[in-house]
Amino acid sequence: MTTETPDISDIRADSVGDFRFPEQHKFDAGMGLSEKTVDYISDVKNDDKWVRDFRKHGLKTFLEKPMPTHWATKDLENIHFDQFRYYLSDGQKPKRSWDDVPDDIKRTFDRLGIPEQERKFLAGVEAQYDSEAAYSNVKKVVEEQGVIFLNSSEALQKHPEIFRKWFGKVIPTGDNKFSALNSAVFSGGSFIYIPPGVKVKHPLQAYFRINSEQFGQFERTLIIADEGAEVMYMEGCTAPKFETATLHSAVVELVALKGAKIQYVTVQNWSSNVFNLVTKRGLAMEDAEVKWIDCNIGSRLTMKYPGVIMKGKRARGEVISIALANTGQHQDTGAKMVHAADETTSNIISKSISIGKGRATYRGLVHIPKHLKGCKNNTECDALLINSSSRTDTYPAINVRGNQHATQHEASVSQVSAEQIFYMQQRGLSEAEAMSLSVNGFINDLVREFPMEYSVELKRLIDLEMEGSVG
Amino acid sequence: MSLKIENLHAGIPGREILKGLTLEVKPGEVHAIMGPNGSGKSTLSKVLAGHEEYAVTEGKVMLDDTNLLDLAVDARSRAGLFLAFQYPFEIPGVSNANFIRAALQARLPKGEDIDAVAFYKRMYARMDELEMSRSFTARSVNEGFSGGEKKRNEILQMMMLEPKYAVLDETDSGLDIDALRIVSKGVNAMRSSERGLLVITHYQRLLDYIKPDVVHVMVDGRIVHSGGPELALVLEEKGYDWAKEELVNAA
Ligand SMILES: Nc1ncnc2c1ncn2[C@@H]1O[C@H](COP(=O)(O)OP(=O)(O)OP(=O)(O)O)[C@@H](O)[C@H]1O
Ligand SMILES: [Mg+2]
Repeated sequence: MTTETPDISDIRADSVGDFRFPEQHKFDAGMGLSEKTVDYISDVKNDDKWVRDFRKHGLKTFLEKPMPTHWATKDLENIHFDQFRYYLSDGQKPKRSWDDVPDDIKRTFDRLGIPEQERKFLAGVEAQYDSEAAYSNVKKVVEEQGVIFLNSSEALQKHPEIFRKWFGKVIPTGDNKFSALNSAVFSGGSFIYIPPGVKVKHPLQAYFRINSEQFGQFERTLIIADEGAEVMYMEGCTAPKFETATLHSAVVELVALKGAKIQYVTVQNWSSNVFNLVTKRGLAMEDAEVKWIDCNIGSRLTMKYPGVIMKGKRARGEVISIALANTGQHQDTGAKMVHAADETTSNIISKSISIGKGRATYRGLVHIPKHLKGCKNNTECDALLINSSSRTDTYPAINVRGNQHATQHEASVSQVSAEQIFYMQQRGLSEAEAMSLSVNGFINDLVREFPMEYSVELKRLIDLEMEGSVG
Repeated sequence: MSLKIENLHAGIPGREILKGLTLEVKPGEVHAIMGPNGSGKSTLSKVLAGHEEYAVTEGKVMLDDTNLLDLAVDARSRAGLFLAFQYPFEIPGVSNANFIRAALQARLPKGEDIDAVAFYKRMYARMDELEMSRSFTARSVNEGFSGGEKKRNEILQMMMLEPKYAVLDETDSGLDIDALRIVSKGVNAMRSSERGLLVITHYQRLLDYIKPDVVHVMVDGRIVHSGGPELALVLEEKGYDWAKEELVNAA
């Protein structure tokens, strides 16, 4: 078990994505967290009573639960909950002018090839991303198919008959301290319902209905794919994001009913002052499939272990994850696979890259109880170290009872050696290019799983990270 | 115009390996270096390439008008120096084609992109000359390659990058008889009035295929003998002891 605290002085202040502006918000819940904060949020959002009660219960649970520092990093103790604002919103007003955006950020947008319209949103120049033009076709098609796609508050108000049943059921409020926190103060996020048999062709993105809360601190997402439905959802983007808040704690629940398929793709690039403590879990019923594709770059500390509960026969769960930790960053990621029916299959492939003093931790949990038959799990976790002071830890917990199951576990740690870099440099590649190439080579087979546009962005982002990490 | 090494002293902390080496390769020339194990031949090639393990304590290396020792490893490569490694490294996950393409891309001005079609066409042609199967384009660089395949791959890279000066460190060792002939053919195809080659070898046999203009004998970090191709035959017959004795006699 690791108890060491990262050296805070190492945190790179110049990290791509660290940029701030003074801000004034129309709705501001003020500093700190109390019953009053929760009431304020409920008032602004016009919550129904049951939602308000849900939040209150979340708050109580959050306050009661201890920090999980008995197994997780002590750096969690550096989160001062009374020094955050738990709800900020402007309505739809632009916050600042494009001229206020620092040049280096504009350059980064250039390098990443972010479209003009998105840049303005990402930099906080526009409160609302004009998604209508770009996505209206897709949106129309999707709506005609009966898909519901709203933010959390709207969805709970307009369609409680659909969402209430599953809301907080895959991840109960008391699952962990941060899921409780999210339950108390959540805002934004996406609530999606796909009717039976509907196969959504285009990946759904938050862009459809982006607003100033989309990249909020406490997003709440719930996706329900009804029987035989199929959907892919994409979250986040590789661009550096305007960050005023350094604590992010999202909850994402997926429900795949009989024969349904959900793929949830995340690519996140956090600035290195951010605590990103996320709970993600999916429920897969009979013959259903839940697949998490997750890429985490940056942040001071990310704790994220996407999971799948395979509740119906022949359900399948998959987690494919890439984590990149540079100096001053700690990626504590992994996967949880809970087999709860016969003939269920799970697959975990995790690759982490540690650069400089960056640190990557893998935590896995595979649970197959004794009374089940014919379950399969495959776990692969590979770590790549670039530079000798990087560290990586692996805590795989494979809890398999009974002898009617097939499990396979492989782990590897490899190093990009100085000789390898020398070899590549001798062919004319700069040190950063050589490292990018090695890293891309390491994750190549996983990147293929990402939607095309994400894999291109991912490659560019790695190039940028490598440029930043050599002198 | 030449690759000009003057009184080069270099080594690792506490040990000098190159002890005042002088050598000049002009475009159009092929020089061979022969010498006993541990005499510093590979060290010379790595010092030229700029390996950080070795410190240069004295001397000068000019690549045409450029002071080579002032440049970083990658800049030396782009300035026109190529090293075919005695022990090439593996790069897992990076395909051979992508690697060579990235190396060529690194030579282009910013904003300019390699023409992919022309690139593959040229690479396939070079691979045909080296009788390499097309499957080597998609395989990870050197990963799982046999010793001889790695050496062939070094020559492929050289042919693709078209350097002004190339140092070939024991490219012949590990090659079977047919491969030796094929690789030599590739190297000979690279001989031109614009390119200088420095070929390190232990075997006179290679020099039957790649006819050198000059043969040098290196002993203990220095060139102790230089002569025409016939010197290789003398060495083959008499062994390095002869050269070492000459060194002692000369001292
Ligand atoms: N990085 C190093 N650390 C320690 N010793 C080294 C290092 N590099 C070279 N040497 C030593 O310097 C000497 C010269 O080595 P080098 O590899 O240059 O010889 P060589 O002439 O290429 O030999 P061979 O014919 O066997 O390839 C050897 O004694 C070797 O052990
Ligand atoms: Mg050698």
